This record gives sequence, structure tokens and C-alpha cells, in this order.
Amino acid sequence: MSAAARQVAPVDPRSAGAMVSVRSVSKVYPGGVEALNDISLDFPRGQLTTLLGPSGCGKTTLLKIVAGLLPATSGEVLVEGRTVTGPGPERAFVFQDFALMPWATVLRNVAFGLELRGTPRSEREDVAAHYIAQVGLKGFESKFPHELSGGMRQRVGLARALAVKAEVLLMDEPFSAVDEQTRRKFQEDLLQLVVNEQKTFIFVTHSIEEAVYVSNRIILLSRRPSRVMRIIEPDIPRDVSPDQIRRNTAYLDTVESIWQGLKQYLD
Amino acid sequence: MLTVSTSRAGRKAGTGWQAARRHLTHPLVFRLLSSVVVFAAWEYAGRKPISASFPSFSETLVAGWEMAADGSLGAALLITIVPLVIGVTISAIVGVIAGIVMGLDRRAEWLGVPVFIVAQAAPLSALIPLLVLAYGVGLATKVTTVCIMAMPVIVLNSFKAIRNTPTSLVEMGHSFLGTREQVIGKIILPAASPVIFAGLRLGLASGFIGVVLAELLISPTGIGDLITYHQSIAEYPKMFAAIAVVILLSVIFISLLERIEILLFRPEKRSVA
Repeated sequence: MSAAARQVAPVDPRSAGAMVSVRSVSKVYPGGVEALNDISLDFPRGQLTTLLGPSGCGKTTLLKIVAGLLPATSGEVLVEGRTVTGPGPERAFVFQDFALMPWATVLRNVAFGLELRGTPRSEREDVAAHYIAQVGLKGFESKFPHELSGGMRQRVGLARALAVKAEVLLMDEPFSAVDEQTRRKFQEDLLQLVVNEQKTFIFVTHSIEEAVYVSNRIILLSRRPSRVMRIIEPDIPRDVSPDQIRRNTAYLDTVESIWQGLKQYLD
Repeated sequence: MLTVSTSRAGRKAGTGWQAARRHLTHPLVFRLLSSVVVFAAWEYAGRKPISASFPSFSETLVAGWEMAADGSLGAALLITIVPLVIGVTISAIVGVIAGIVMGLDRRAEWLGVPVFIVAQAAPLSALIPLLVLAYGVGLATKVTTVCIMAMPVIVLNSFKAIRNTPTSLVEMGHSFLGTREQVIGKIILPAASPVIFAGLRLGLASGFIGVVLAELLISPTGIGDLITYHQSIAEYPKMFAAIAVVILLSVIFISLLERIEILLFRPEKRSVA
């Protein structure tokens, strides 16, 4: 297993390279459900880090705390060294259910983050049009969400997050509501995006294959209350074709090793 | 007859058959069909007759035409519509605002929702004699009756509409740095508008019930007067024509409201239509 992936300490001693740092974060929901227990993590700049764990383990809770959408019960989150007190312009969120406004066109949905910031209409629509083209939806600007397939809707959600030019992209199971084939295409596009955009990605998924395929670093969370179980950096060549990655021995071994680790949580 | 013509077309050319099929499955055909079925059943029941006081559809149509021609129908409608429009307008404005405030603010919810739930559950027509004592038999009583009938459903629908805004849309607004005003104005209200309008349509229908009730129970005026008067002199076709006109008017008002909603608030529906 050590050949396929190497394990690293939860908090990188070279914290300078961390874009986002989570410091001893715990979360207890009203009613006493303990979702997270003393989590400390670093998310390196320019890389894609995945939160992976059994369902209901608090992955999304942690992501929403980083997003500033949920307050932590204790501990703190730092983005570029500043404590998070709420959502900020350097972070953008991609939602599991897309969270598109059904009454707005693709163009308005993509430009919506800029609209809320008070960017003038023509300027924000230019930016939106650029990112709509980048996610491959050129020509669909005046369509409404219900006229698009699930995969296309998530491309709109992704374009909206890119349009605000945030440094950190927070993705909450973004591909779980799209079909398998679209999902694979998305994963390939996401690898390209990580290379091209030089942004920090925090990605939540429950799919082991997806995590190993797209991630620079995988954080394995235990069942609720979540702790960091293991951190894995898949040692997989990224400069080869998608099929070669999916048949790569290191890829397959990492998937298997994570599965062995998670199996104990299934009853 | 229809089967003959379509099957012949089918033998000659598939496209002819498809065209006929497309015409026959047009929604309008089915809507006309449903009215034809209802009116035919009415005509049959009136001719049979199921009761001496139950006129056929054609008799009712003729009676309605006569009443329209001698002006009595128009005059009665005018009297009925005034309190209806005033009452529904007040209920719509006050009701939607109250519902939205209760949906956005917990304290307003605790204060207001119980009142309207009781109001919706109570048989409010029982209050009408009390209103007569308070306001006499004039316009004010009719307007109040309309409000009592229409307001609770408008308030409760608006309240539920606001409360049922998808959580992820609100989170999206916050995560992209929307202020509370922006999240309410650009996300919560547009998301709630379909259910708010459903409440307005129900409120309008209840308002019609209210105004007719007031005219039947309080002061015989307007359409209510036409109904009671023609009943008392056993002119049943005219009595039924008056009832039918109220129903027709209610349907027209409600479809108008739906048009307005789509025109103002539902661009995504417009683009499909």
C-alpha cells in the first residue's frame, strides 16, 4: 500500500502552503448530535483535496463550516490566515442539488454571484458568457434550468462558482445527482480544471473511485462523530489519458486500500 | 364519423393520419370535450326531468340570454362585483404581506398563524349576523364577509410558500454574499410566488363564496337577489342562469389571475408556452 500512496500527518508542518486550515473544529447540532470531533486539517493551495467517508459522517457539515454557512461549535477555520466568520469572496460553493433559480436563465444564474456583488449588468454578463463557454454550454445562455439535463445544470452551477473568481472552490458531492457517464466526463474535466485554474479545491464525495481519480489528497473521515482516520496522497500519474489512469495499478491499489479501511463502518 | 375519416387518411398517407392525430390530441379538444359532456348530462337531467325545479341546459341558456338582454343581469353583476373586488384586493394586499412577514419572522409567526388557522377552520358564515349588527346591511358588511372568507387561505399559503423555500437556494444566496434583503428579494420571494399565487386563486374563489353568501343571507342585492327572487317566483331557469353566471365569472377571474402570474413572475413558463 505504501507503494501506491503515502500517508502524511494531519496538519502539515509547512502550514505556509495551506490555503485553508481547519483548527480543532467540532460541531454538535442542536439536539446533541455530534457531527465532528476535534478535526484539524490543512488544505494545500492549488490542489484538490477530497473529504471521503461513510455516508452521514459529517463531510458536508465540515465543508459548510469551511464555507461559512454553518458555525462550528468550537475551533476555527482559517483561509489564507484569516479566521472565517461567514461566507467570503475568496470561497465559492458548488451545490449537490445545483441550487439554480428555476425562474432565471442560464446567463442570469451564472452571473448571479456577481449580481449580488453589485457588478454592472453588461460586465457581469460578459464574465458569465465567458465561463458558460468554458464549461461547454455556449448557445444555452437563454435557456432555463428545466430545459437542461442534470449534467448541464451542474455545469451551470460550476460556471457560477468560477464566475466570482474565488480562490477556493467548495464542491459538495457535485456529481452525485448526474448519471454515470456524465459523471466520468465531469471527473475528467475537473482534472483539467485543477491544472488550468490553479485554484484550491475542496471536494466532498462518497465514491471511492471518484475520490482516487480526481484527488491530490484524500482525507478519510470516520463515522460520526467524525475524526480524521487517514490522509492519503494517491501517487498516480496525471499526465496520461483517463483510461490509463483508470487502469493504473497505483489507482486500483489505492481504491482497494480505502475500501478495506471503510468496510468496517458498514453493518 | 371521426374514426372513418381518420382511418381513411391513415390508409392513404401516414402524415395525414399523424396530422389528424395531432389535431385530435390538442389540449383544447379535450377541454371542449369535457364541457360538452357536462352540458349534455345537464341537458339530459333537465329533460328527464330529475326534479320539476331543475331546468335543462338549453332552458338555462335562453333564460340567461333574456336576463342579459333586459339588463337585469348586468345591473346585478355590477352590484356584486364592487364588494368582491374591494374585498379581494384588501385581502390580497394585507394577506400576502402578513403571510410573508410571518414566513420571515418567527415572532410574527407565533403571533399570527394561530389566528388564521382558527379563522380558516371556523364556519365563518356563522359570523355574518354579527357583522350585520356591527355594520348594517350595506357595502361594509359585504366587503368584510369577502375578506373573512378570502384572507385566511391567502395568508396561510403565503406563509407556507416563504417557509418552503429550498434550503440550498437560500444557502446559495448567502454563500455568494447576498445581503438579507437580496436573499429575500431575489431568491425567497420569486421562489415563493407560485404558491402565493395558488393562495390568491383560492382566496378569489372563497371571495366569490363570501359575496354570494352575503347577498343571500344579509340583503338581497346583486346576483344573490336574482337567485332568491327567481326562486321565490319559481322561475328556475333564470335562477340557474344567475348561479351559472357567478360560476363563469369566478372561472374567468381565476384564469385572468393565472395569466397575470405567468406574465409577471414566471418567465420559465412563458418560454415553454
